[in-house]
Amino acid sequence: MAIDKNTVKYVAHLARIKLNEDELDLLSSQLESIIDFIDKLKELDISGVQPTSSVLAVGNVFREDKPRASLTAEESLSNAPEKKDNFFGVPKVIE
Amino acid sequence: MKEKSKLNQFTAHDLSGLIKDKKIESADILSSIEGRIKDIDPGIKAYVRREDSSSNTPQSEPALKNGILQGIPVSLKDNICTKGNNTECCSMILKGFKPPYNATVVKRLIDAGARILGLKCNMDEFAFGSSTENSSFGPTCNPWDRQRVVGGSSGGCAAAVAADEAVIALGSDTGGSIRQPASFCGVVGLKPTYGRVSRFGLIAFASSLDQIGPITKDVRDAAVALKVIAGLDALDSTSLNLPVPDYTKSLGNDIKGIRIGIPREYFVEGIDEEVKKVVLTAVDKLRDLGARVSQISLPHTEYAVPVYYIIATAEASSNLARFDGVQYGLRVEDKEGIPGNRLINMYKATRGQGFGQEAKRRIILGTYVLSYGYYEAYYLRAQKVRTLIKQDFDRAFDSLDCIITPTSPTVAFKLGERVKDPLKMYLSDIYTISANLAGIPAISIPCGFSKENLPVGMQILAKSFNEEMLFRVAYTYEQNTDWHLRKPMIG
Repeated sequence: MAIDKNTVKYVAHLARIKLNEDELDLLSSQLESIIDFIDKLKELDISGVQPTSSVLAVGNVFREDKPRASLTAEESLSNAPEKKDNFFGVPKVIE
Repeated sequence: MKEKSKLNQFTAHDLSGLIKDKKIESADILSSIEGRIKDIDPGIKAYVRREDSSSNTPQSEPALKNGILQGIPVSLKDNICTKGNNTECCSMILKGFKPPYNATVVKRLIDAGARILGLKCNMDEFAFGSSTENSSFGPTCNPWDRQRVVGGSSGGCAAAVAADEAVIALGSDTGGSIRQPASFCGVVGLKPTYGRVSRFGLIAFASSLDQIGPITKDVRDAAVALKVIAGLDALDSTSLNLPVPDYTKSLGNDIKGIRIGIPREYFVEGIDEEVKKVVLTAVDKLRDLGARVSQISLPHTEYAVPVYYIIATAEASSNLARFDGVQYGLRVEDKEGIPGNRLINMYKATRGQGFGQEAKRRIILGTYVLSYGYYEAYYLRAQKVRTLIKQDFDRAFDSLDCIITPTSPTVAFKLGERVKDPLKMYLSDIYTISANLAGIPAISIPCGFSKENLPVGMQILAKSFNEEMLFRVAYTYEQNTDWHLRKPMIG
């Protein structure tokens, strides 16, 4: 299956990754060969097979809805590139 | 005790004995390890050196009681969180990240008396790789031959243990990242059953596959370490509420009547002849020791790598969405980009600059297989084939106690050899990936050497939550061979 540069550019946008022209070229050719490789799965008959999303046989795990010790706001913000008052700072969204 | 400077060469269980007999103190071990790191690590680079020098000194946690690991230093892969101490997954995007909490495994190690090294072990960025060459700090060199890779992604851990720069190290294994480097470095590496060890505080790669496990100098240390870190944790809902056995009780020198299967699909085209010969010789040894060996088939083996590179990248693309320049790590502003959307431009510039090539490749592949129109063709199909792979193992274990394979089709390859060919690199994990897909436990132990004096690893797999079987077979083999005692000559 052909993966052209525009497809890579579009998927990179979905993944929020800025790529330069060289990266776009390299990735389109590499992804194409990787996709060709994983296309091998198409030769299998999987009708009636259930998907495995987790190998564990357990369902949801519940706990009591009670407050418990957690990080303070200060600890949560301790690695933030930008913070103000008790919030993470981000570039202006609405100009 | 004489020769305290050589304590770095000892196993944890031997050191524990010396501490109990009051022949040495914990500080003696630490200074021996520190000395070794100072002497040889500039040539091996098992540990990462950061600009922030406070994180570069081996540091100890207060040891509180007479725990199983009292006074024993433990080294950690750079993706296991330690409170206040840099944990960066060897990625530019997490540069400077100091977690505000300890991973559950770290808490358990400290509660058992262990002392956590402040220096972290090198790894492929976010555990994306099989050679530790995808690290923002550069590659680790194999202690057996510095021109060769250590394997990956827990390559720093395996090299540190092999080169006696660590007693025990904890790594993580998503598709072989503990076992393959253990094999390349001639040490023991265990991936526990999915659900056996809490991942709280392990920076996630692929959540349906990731497990934390020990890399050690011998099988007994792996059993001791697993006992300490295993068990239910309310902070990881995938950790199961099952009793944690005393794994050291499985360390008997007896495998009479144990039923071992050898899957023919693991000995076909692609395997190095020397590796094949060494592993089959090891199997003969197990037969001599009383095991019943039979040929078996795991028919869906050839689909494991493609299934893995769909599921693991899909999960990674989702897990790594959190690295966006807001909560931690790097932020890059972008004045160009899409007009009028500074926030999205910031996300894209941060991730474009912060992630290395392999991380970008995997996130984009993962996003692609999950995207509209491709979900069923790739992701859902891969999950179904995963079921078939798991069923292969379920069927096999109906009449077997364990399965034995090579850990990797080759010995450690040369640095740089596979960097330009991602697909070839992905195939390094061909024998280890299935255990993660099926959720079963697997251990790699040294079982011989190539003509070039490079270690070969043997992988033992067992049913879910039957780590005891792995320890029993591995320990019996180890008691009757001396591969694990060989040490690399380091200049």
